This record gives sequence, C-alpha cells and structure tokens, in this order.
Amino acid sequence: MALDVLIVDDSGAIRKILQRVLIQAEIPLGKVYEAGDGVEALEALKQHPVGLILSDINMPNMDGLQLLSAVKAQATTRHVPMVMITTEGSSAKVMEAVSLGAAGYVRKPFTAEQIKEKLAGLF
Amino acid sequence: MTHEMKVAAVRDAAHSVFEMMLGVTLKDCEPTREENSPVHTDGVVALVGLAGDWAGTGAFRCSAEMARKVSGLMLMQEFAAVDQDVLDAVGEITNMILGNVKTTFEEKLGPMGLSIPTVIYGRNFITRSVGRCEWSVVPFELDGGTLEIQISLAKSAPKSLGSNHKDRLSTVVSMEV
Repeated sequence: MALDVLIVDDSGAIRKILQRVLIQAEIPLGKVYEAGDGVEALEALKQHPVGLILSDINMPNMDGLQLLSAVKAQATTRHVPMVMITTEGSSAKVMEAVSLGAAGYVRKPFTAEQIKEKLAGLF
Repeated sequence: MTHEMKVAAVRDAAHSVFEMMLGVTLKDCEPTREENSPVHTDGVVALVGLAGDWAGTGAFRCSAEMARKVSGLMLMQEFAAVDQDVLDAVGEITNMILGNVKTTFEEKLGPMGLSIPTVIYGRNFITRSVGRCEWSVVPFELDGGTLEIQISLAKSAPKSLGSNHKDRLSTVVSMEV
C-alpha cells in the first residue's frame, strides 16, 4: 500500500531534497504533501491523512516540537510516526523529542543513506 | 571561547554540510580575527542570531555567482540568477552550519537559541553589528571562488542592565537605493 507523507520545513530547499530522498528510498511512496511550519502542517493533516511525517524543529509560527505535541494529542494522528530532521543537536532537544513521541531523530546535515536507514527501521 | 575554538567549530560544521549535502569538499583558507564588525558591500549575506547566556551573530557571505553555484549543487539544478530558491538554499546552508556550531558551543556555554536566517542580496549595502565584540572570519575556497563564515559571540549582559546595554549585539543592514 502506498505511503502518503507530509514534509514540514520552512526551507523549500530541504523539502525538495527530502522528496528526492523519499523517491530514492524505494518505499512504496504515495502522495507527498508539504508545509512550511507547524500551523500549515496541522491544516494539511486535517485534509490529508498521511502515514509518515518528516519535520524540522526550528520553524516560525509553530515549531516542530509543538507540532509533535499536537499530532500526538489528536486521536486521528497520534499513530502516525513523526521523524524530526533538524540542526538542533543538543541532547536536551533529542530527549524532549523522544519524550513527546518522536519516532526518530536525524541531524542536519544528513545523507540520503541516513534518511533511508531511519525509514527502513519504521516500515 | 577562543578564536581558535570558534574557527575549529566553524570548519567542522562547514565541511560536514558541504560534503554531506552538496557532495563537495571545501578548501580551508587562513582565518582572521577582526575587532569591528565585518563590512559587506555586495553579493549574498545570510545572518543568524545566537541567544542565551552567550549571544552573538553568525553570517555566511559569498558572491552572487558562488550563491548560484552552491544552491545548484544542493538542489541538483542550474540557476541563471539569484532567485528565491537560491536565497532559500543559502539560508538553509547557513542554518545548518551555524546550527551545528551552536551545538558545539552549547557543550561549553550552555543552552543557546538560534534565529531563523535572514538572507540579503544586492549591491551597495552595509551590514553592521551594534556592540563591541571580536569577530572570527573563516574563509573557504570552492572551485576558485571564496565564501566566508563570520561569527561573533560575547557573554550576555545581565538582565538587570536592561535592553540598552552597549555590549548587546544586534545587526543592522543599510542599503543605498
């Protein structure tokens, strides 16, 4: 079954790169939706249920950790694995993301292989 | 936090970002230490703020041609001009480099915040950081062109001194129209 994905990052460049990595990752990819911050992501999730969320942390309006909390608080989305892909590398941020329910944490810069390995562990 | 420690952190971060995200290796050039805020006059400059018990500014600076080159390498496409995609890519490169520098600094200086990058492109502009602080300028060479990472960091003023304390850092940009 095809996997629909939501990519959340305020950088269009990173969204483009992650789309390319997803195509290369040889997972059965369905539709890929994009959002520039947490607010846009929650709006997108209301209209398009997805099977995976890849999200930055440091974003305007609503950051990735606030988005993670909101996703895990909603019955319709709490089952969706959410992988944080971010420059935030401090152990405190990693611990916070894990405690909020993140399915994985990848630090920028990343290689395509690192993303593929992280996704392979989820599906 | 010495000049040498800042240079080492910037070099580590810049090499990682360019090798992992752009597939190229930067050549290190001689770093310098500047007493005043470096002056920019044209090209592309991306600025991020660092905040916490220690605060400062990080900047990525390069020519328009270099900005098109690094964006093209990152996004695997050619750019004929500096457009929104180029500015976005330069902003993200800056975010990744200075974000990793911040993580290195946090091990010694405690938690810090990193602002979302501001990217400026044009001619006849000047950027200036207000406040007294030494800058470390770390240049690199790529395919015959150069790019620079600049960073300043100083202990934050105690909160009781208020927002007008002269050692606080902020960056202003002025443009000649």
